[in-house]
Amino acid sequence: MARKTPEFNASSMADIAFLLLIFFLVTTTMDVTTGINRKLPPPPDPSIKPPDIKDRNVLNILVSKSDRLLVNGKQGELDMLKDEIIEFMTPHFPDDPAFPEVKEETIDLIGTVYKSRGIISLKNDRGTSYDMYIQVQDKIAQAFTILKDELSEKKFGKKYASLNEDEAKAINAAIPVPVSEAEPEDVGSN
Amino acid sequence: MSRFKKHGDKETPAVSTASLPDIIFMLLFFFMVTTVMRETELLVKVNPTSAKEVEKLEKKSLVSFIYIGEPVQGKLGTNTRIQLNDAFGTVDDISDFIAIEKEAREEADRKFLTTSLKVDKSTKMGIVSDVKQELRKVGAFKINYSVTEQIED
Repeated sequence: MARKTPEFNASSMADIAFLLLIFFLVTTTMDVTTGINRKLPPPPDPSIKPPDIKDRNVLNILVSKSDRLLVNGKQGELDMLKDEIIEFMTPHFPDDPAFPEVKEETIDLIGTVYKSRGIISLKNDRGTSYDMYIQVQDKIAQAFTILKDELSEKKFGKKYASLNEDEAKAINAAIPVPVSEAEPEDVGSN
Repeated sequence: MSRFKKHGDKETPAVSTASLPDIIFMLLFFFMVTTVMRETELLVKVNPTSAKEVEKLEKKSLVSFIYIGEPVQGKLGTNTRIQLNDAFGTVDDISDFIAIEKEAREEADRKFLTTSLKVDKSTKMGIVSDVKQELRKVGAFKINYSVTEQIED
């Protein structure tokens, strides 16, 4: 008759598991994995002349050393910035000299659209705080999200975030995000 | 008589703890899988700023981090410093840092390498701009400003 193997005492298993559990609980860091993605432009090529851009096509945003905003030479508020960008970037047709030029373009899936030629020029001082800079970047991103949502609601009947790849591509072609960042400099003492 | 009559003073049986190890093991595996061991020790204080329009950072293995902020150790002063991996660096070290980071990835993945900037709120843009200029020079164009998501108010 085979001898019976003694039963394994599993009561300490819970304790061991607890020990490991507590170790992992302590070492876990829920890291920040969110952020604002941007693409830097390649270094300027001295042999290529920068293209001439008409004044009416540019929205100048200047962030001063003391975190104050100057939008097209006028003092601006952070809360107003989003609406100002939306107003600026919405294609106006027929041509209105107070707003950027528009051009007609035919894009797959959505047909002919008016596309604004506006460019947003963002310039900051070396003394601008990072927090303010991110807030301005955020407002620009919010404004473009609203514009893209508007167009995609009109063309596809749903929000931009729920579009498939091709549809999103079409919307991106119709509404590019033309943000140009100037080389930072000391723009003044206030 | 009654079928539901209590039979004397029978004690309530003790709760079986046999399944406790299983529950704990389940939790344990969850934490083991989600844990990311922090490879670098932070030498600078980074209090991230928040924004509404944030995106998730994907493919974490293709991200290299640059930290900018005040040194944690008080004796190192309060000047903003740059941390690359686990040592302080200067703007001039960034090109080497990116080269090493690129070297460590597979060739096909190198062009997807993103540089995440973890910058303290109160930092001035001057140093951030210097870092960005340097990244432009070495061709690391994809950047990510690390910010937390702002709760809608």
